[in-house]
Amino acid sequence: MTIDFETPKPIAQMQTMLQSVAENMMRTTSREFDENEHGIPWDYIEFMHTAMKAAGGGGGLTPTDEKPKEGAEKRASIGYQKLAAQIEMLSWGDVGYYLITPGGGLGAAAVQAAGSPEQKAKFLARFNDDKPTFAAMCMTEAGAGSDTSAIRTRAVLDEATKEWVINGEKIFVTGGDKSFTEYEKLGKGFIVVWASIDPTAGRSGMRAFVVESGTQGVSIVKLEHKLGIRASDTAVISLVDARVPYENVLGSPTVEKTTTGFKGAMATFDATRPLVAASGLGVARAALEFLKEKLKENGVQIRYGLPRNKLTSIERDVIDMEIMLKSAWLMVLKAVWMADNKKPNALESSMSKVRAGDVTTKVTQKAVEILGPIGYSREFLLEKWFRDAKITDIYEGTGQINRLVVARQILGYTGAELR
Amino acid sequence: MYSFEPNEEQQMLVDAVGKYATNDLRPAAHDAEEGHELPKKLISKGWELGFLQASTPEAYGGFGERSAVTGALAVEEMAFGDLAGALAVLTPSLFATPILLGGSEEQKQQYLPAIVGGDWAPYTAALMEMSFDFDPNALKTTAKADGGSYVLNGEKIFVPFAKAAEAMIVYANLNGVTQGFIVDKNAAGLSISDEREKIMGLNALPMYRLKLENVTASRLGGASGHDFGLILSAMRIASASAALGVAKSSFEYAKNYAKERDAFGVKIAQKQAIAFMLAEMATEIEAMRLLTWEAAWKLDNNKEDSCVSAYLAQTGSADMAMMVTDRGVQIYGGHGYIRENPVELLMRNGRGFAMLLGLAIV
Repeated sequence: MTIDFETPKPIAQMQTMLQSVAENMMRTTSREFDENEHGIPWDYIEFMHTAMKAAGGGGGLTPTDEKPKEGAEKRASIGYQKLAAQIEMLSWGDVGYYLITPGGGLGAAAVQAAGSPEQKAKFLARFNDDKPTFAAMCMTEAGAGSDTSAIRTRAVLDEATKEWVINGEKIFVTGGDKSFTEYEKLGKGFIVVWASIDPTAGRSGMRAFVVESGTQGVSIVKLEHKLGIRASDTAVISLVDARVPYENVLGSPTVEKTTTGFKGAMATFDATRPLVAASGLGVARAALEFLKEKLKENGVQIRYGLPRNKLTSIERDVIDMEIMLKSAWLMVLKAVWMADNKKPNALESSMSKVRAGDVTTKVTQKAVEILGPIGYSREFLLEKWFRDAKITDIYEGTGQINRLVVARQILGYTGAELR
Repeated sequence: MYSFEPNEEQQMLVDAVGKYATNDLRPAAHDAEEGHELPKKLISKGWELGFLQASTPEAYGGFGERSAVTGALAVEEMAFGDLAGALAVLTPSLFATPILLGGSEEQKQQYLPAIVGGDWAPYTAALMEMSFDFDPNALKTTAKADGGSYVLNGEKIFVPFAKAAEAMIVYANLNGVTQGFIVDKNAAGLSISDEREKIMGLNALPMYRLKLENVTASRLGGASGHDFGLILSAMRIASASAALGVAKSSFEYAKNYAKERDAFGVKIAQKQAIAFMLAEMATEIEAMRLLTWEAAWKLDNNKEDSCVSAYLAQTGSADMAMMVTDRGVQIYGGHGYIRENPVELLMRNGRGFAMLLGLAIV
């Protein structure tokens, strides 16, 4: 091992391929599905499913254990690194579309992080089937956002039928509709529902349950209207006496005096936070490239290498934006590289998310400011990216909750010591 | 293939430099600053770690190959101990590294074995000039060809150890392009100020002004010269790395202080207002470290955009150092403002990265 920033060939090839998808299939209809919020871009979904299956990508955006072919020595997987690069490029195309790329998404990530080998085999195989298939994560409730210990959804074991009976209401379920509603064009998806099996046990009583699409008692109550990422459906899902097989619980079915259930959820986030960061940075890169292109068209050059006090205000801004964007991307790369190399990355993961949340919002907001009416007009996509970008600092843990995670890690504090 | 792990050799160097920085430089920093002097033994001990020696090929008396990545790692570690001490230890590199990068075979043979093979000796370089918009690519000091040699005219500031220097590289404007010139200590027309430079930080580092009046010098790389962009990038990466070390030092002090200091029945680190500041400091340091590593890696691998990357790393790290060292003082509160505590010096040194250049090279 030595410090190396060379993009592995399989990743570079994939980026080239996805850039053309982004330019030809996403950007061309970005505006349409931003304005027609609950429409479904089937062309994109079906194309991506076929293309990614053909590429052997594990049927959509699911991390694989892919190992690079070059080099005789035994090397670590680059699965997460590749996934981060894929997500960045797709989000550069359109982050709303990226979020509806068929595949396991956060639901599969939860199974991957907290499931047994049998459960992984059972629930994850479907993403390679003929039809595009989705899975989603149901964590947030009206009264429980970042404070997941406040989750009210209950799962009770019916000893007679050996089924879990789940009751509660989940909000902000990204891809909830496509994962749960039975569309003819889609394969059978699932949602992963976080519920307490023992409310007196707090976080240690929290478990994730795989709930198959079409399960009785589960319904999509509402699809949200949002500031951005409007091509992606955000569902409110209600569960009323929903019955789920005993073996669909991820992790131990009994409550020990530990916090393993909650840690399962947190492990999911360690794996996915840098991916959300990657997605945001794709949007930021789109905005920065658009800005530089427009400046160039207008004869504004960025004179790299000059001392700061010889630069114009616009040059300083653009240079700062580049510094922010490039460094944030490297933080994502480091976090996923650690994941691929089985190094604990809770700190790097949250750091990358903190940084990407800041960078994505600042870069897009500044780009709109600099370009004035061109930035603000709906004739161009920049104003959409500004709206899309904001979610990066909110979902998968707000910038503030991730600061708390980072702070606890660097200070060596428990949740009780730093609240 | 991406990797964020130093190799074994680099790790050994980092460990050795880290130990020296923590055990020797750090405890000496305060007294050196207040007394305007670095103990000679301290500099020798740092020199004996062999950073420059390990960056110089065997043919010129060393035992390794130069790598900007290795340099970035070493400079950060050393600057973590004390910036003035680190710059003093690394001063001979200001002369030797440009020769390695752009010198002619003859120049390499003439200078490198003596520098690398001996004790620490004050070989140095002069880049900066006194103007608010100092630009290394538009120097006011001029060089003119005169037969086989060159004639230099101008004034230079912030030249470390110039008074005692055996020889130095002076950067000058040759027909619009910056080039380095080797100037001997006894060169006619070269005058060195008696007074040391007085600046906001770095008081332990002896720096002087130069006046060059028709000084005859030889051009780095001979008649065909050299690629100054390469040297400038190596300076930028060194500056960024030193900024990282200074910032990390302030961050560590502030973190430890916040975990000790009681207020309202808890440690102040247990308050989100302080904890979030520390989280952001750590995040910013890590971000700029990776940007610096990447720029260094690009330089080592002759990537097309390595100069722009080095510029971005330096610019970003300079801002980062100010932000982090300011917060270091802020977290200490009133105590941070008192010179008995280490963070105010780090803040003074932290601001320097926005304008100081050419005081280190990797």
